[in-house]
Amino acid sequence: MTAPTGNGDAAMALCEQVLELVGTRGEAVVRASAGQSSLTRFANSRIHQNVSEDTGGVSLQVTVAGGRTASASGNHTDQTGLTALVERALAAAVLRPEDPEWPGLAGPAPARGADHWDDETAGASARTRAEAVGQFVGAGDGLEAAGFCSTSWSEVALANSAGQRLAGRSTVASISGIQRAIGPDGKADGSGDWSSSRVRELDAAAAGRLAATRAVASTAAEDIGPGHYEVVLEPDCVSDMVQFLSFGFSGKAHAEGTSFAHPGEAQFDPAFSMWDDAADERSIGLNFDAEGTPSALLNLVKGGVTGDLAHDRRSAARAGVQSTGHATGSTAFGAFPMNVIVGEGGDSVDELISEVEHGLLVCGFWYTRILDPKTQVVTGLTRNGLFRIDEGKVGAAVRNLRFTQSYAAALGAGRVLGIGNDGRRVGRYWVPSLRLSDWNFTGGAQG
Amino acid sequence: MFDAARAAVEGALAAGATYADARVMAGRTESMNAKNGMIEDLGQSESSGLGVRALIGSSWGFFASADLSDKGARSAGEQAADIAKASALVPGPATELAPGDKPAQAHWASECEEHPLDDVSLSEKGDLLVGVTEAMSRVNGVSLATASYAIWDTEKWFVSSEGHRISQRIIECGALLSSTAVGDSETQRRSYPGIRGQYGTSGWELVRRLDLPGNAQRIAEESVALLSAPQCPEETTDLILGAEQMALQIHESVGHAIELDRILGWEAAYAGTSWLEPDKMGSLRFGSDLMNVTADATLPGALGSFGYDDEGTPAKSVPIIDNGVWVGVLSGRDSAAQVGIPSGGCVRSDGWNRLPMVRMTNVGLLPGESSLNEMIAATETGVLMDTNRSWSIDDKRLNFQFGCEIGWEIKNGERGRMLRNPTYTGISPQFWGSMDMVGGADEWVFYGTPNCGKGQPTQVGHTGHPSVPCRFRNVRVGVRG
Repeated sequence: MTAPTGNGDAAMALCEQVLELVGTRGEAVVRASAGQSSLTRFANSRIHQNVSEDTGGVSLQVTVAGGRTASASGNHTDQTGLTALVERALAAAVLRPEDPEWPGLAGPAPARGADHWDDETAGASARTRAEAVGQFVGAGDGLEAAGFCSTSWSEVALANSAGQRLAGRSTVASISGIQRAIGPDGKADGSGDWSSSRVRELDAAAAGRLAATRAVASTAAEDIGPGHYEVVLEPDCVSDMVQFLSFGFSGKAHAEGTSFAHPGEAQFDPAFSMWDDAADERSIGLNFDAEGTPSALLNLVKGGVTGDLAHDRRSAARAGVQSTGHATGSTAFGAFPMNVIVGEGGDSVDELISEVEHGLLVCGFWYTRILDPKTQVVTGLTRNGLFRIDEGKVGAAVRNLRFTQSYAAALGAGRVLGIGNDGRRVGRYWVPSLRLSDWNFTGGAQG
Repeated sequence: MFDAARAAVEGALAAGATYADARVMAGRTESMNAKNGMIEDLGQSESSGLGVRALIGSSWGFFASADLSDKGARSAGEQAADIAKASALVPGPATELAPGDKPAQAHWASECEEHPLDDVSLSEKGDLLVGVTEAMSRVNGVSLATASYAIWDTEKWFVSSEGHRISQRIIECGALLSSTAVGDSETQRRSYPGIRGQYGTSGWELVRRLDLPGNAQRIAEESVALLSAPQCPEETTDLILGAEQMALQIHESVGHAIELDRILGWEAAYAGTSWLEPDKMGSLRFGSDLMNVTADATLPGALGSFGYDDEGTPAKSVPIIDNGVWVGVLSGRDSAAQVGIPSGGCVRSDGWNRLPMVRMTNVGLLPGESSLNEMIAATETGVLMDTNRSWSIDDKRLNFQFGCEIGWEIKNGERGRMLRNPTYTGISPQFWGSMDMVGGADEWVFYGTPNCGKGQPTQVGHTGHPSVPCRFRNVRVGVRG
């Protein structure tokens, strides 16, 4: 079993070894990692799949004369394996056509402080995860529970031929699940989850209780017709919106004309702001990108006005700006923000609901797919909790609905009626609940 | 490599496992993509390691490591058993395994005429992508012309505590080109041979047969034409789907719905469940009499083909829908035991570091007796759609809304004007029940889907979908935001 070595020391040693093997034959970026990822999965109120893996490997991007670049990766980290990796990448690079737009390597620069690490989480055992699962399941008091508890740690180092040296480490712990209650027309689900860089912060019992409350409340769901409804979207939904919107803040997508984003324009409600900040304590992961550029703070939307775009070195060079340190490692994907925080408001979710005369409380979205990145029209369904709001109070459960809605338009001027103070991390984002004036539901999930 | 797998199994048994199996896997991959006449990314990877599965009580324990030494493999087996033991804190009924065939000691390899890594140079592959993207870029109005290929060469060595000793080598590859035209307020994209390209268990001969150069200009011109085409009207009408979109329709609304682990609730929190209930297998009407579906892992060249699944069950063809009646599922030994059937041989993992789970093999529609041209000729009013653009379906695999890249109006038995942003929506049994024309054997294509996500941690499955054009009656089309 792999054990943490410190702040990426072993990974940095591998990077240096690879750089030495490349020597003067090319300009190289080397990234090495080590870690462990474990996940305990439960269904039908029992643990049924329980896995753990040692993770790690080395990736190399090497560029030879004329900007000809190739990448190779592998997990064979002995001298023979690393030599083969280097020779494979160099052999591929020389066969590529020249690339006049190759932007060169990132020079030495320090990353902003961020250490999303917790020793207890790095050492969490299968028993620790099973105990958390037991708390989640137990909170259902006989309901049928399903979900997972995971813990992971990773150490990453990056070195390049231009002298850049960066290392970082992170831990992540999550509990996520549903409780299922039997109702007159089958099983009704409610969800609860929490994640953090610290396993101690997971309140599995609270997540299980929330899921159970929602499930029981959903057992007598009624049908409502499709149409436009005022909504309160809980953080799971808002995280989904942020994910699709974030692709539009790619400098590459903007240059290619496939983005909705127009920097400097008031495309959103003045109450809405979001930014990307890998160094914020609410974020997870590393504070530098795949090219070795430290990740900058991006004000994506400030007071409703579209602001910064995310750039890697290539898109930045085309735009005549500096890389923002958001490279994914793929020229085709480009750069986009990955640690987005949506600014919180002052109201609790109950206060948001209390302002709604007639509308819907939506706990989660499911299987959302974008129809066009330029319009940001997305179709998907509700899942794990959908309730009427009548005269400021949460009412009867509603059967799931399909929606077809532009995410950007839903956040447009005059449409954000309230922002919750209940921000929490969902996936890679920190997001609160939102009260929006109009959401286009286009059909019932049952037909 | 068998030695490492055997040591891992021994380690797991010594630590208390009642059953254990292990797979050593070694894989090479290569991918390249080009845009507007330039190579954007060229990547190669090599990875090897071992995954060992230990069964104790109600739970699998699984541990994966790149350490293939005897000591490392034995330790991995022990850790898998220890993880399984921790599961006893939240126990259930003991997991049973459906009886398997006599444990095989065998080798199997997919068919490959021209090895895509060893027999075809990077220069040739790069020239192909650069050439087709240049050709598309020359069409006035095209903003983004892209092309890509991907190659996988995977070797596996499987050992179980029941005596299996199986090695396999599976070579897969495929390619894609696409053209995007950007308008003032929207984008339009055309892809060939489909949204994800076309992939199979095959050598580079598959890519040559696709004839990317011969299709580049047509695809580019269609993407530009779509920008000025009228919107697909919102109405209820007859719908003809081309074979590529039918592959997606089969994958999402049949393939996932018949996964037995979903039906049993094992995927309830994430991928979801299924509208199918085990006690209705054999009697429930899934679609019209013309609907015949199999899950056939033995089809040569199809992306979901193999010799043995990842728990040693030989590849087989499983009847799924018989003249519209639901008769079968995708299963493995643990899920099959719960409903008292033999394993369907559908358990696979996407690498040495993932727990094998129920995955689609080649879930496909058997051909009928019609043709696309006959469907058009027989349709008074309707819409023809093809090439998937977006896909969304509920967690029971019942309600779907799919978008296609391109549509055409059908009037009085003839294909008319092009339509942009075509979408359609439906409920699975009603939709499949309305299918009244099915394309014939000469239009039967084994589409491959190389990006099917499932499981936690997420695994990316390679699945196949034999498909033909079909007609459906009274479908709601043209839903927009």
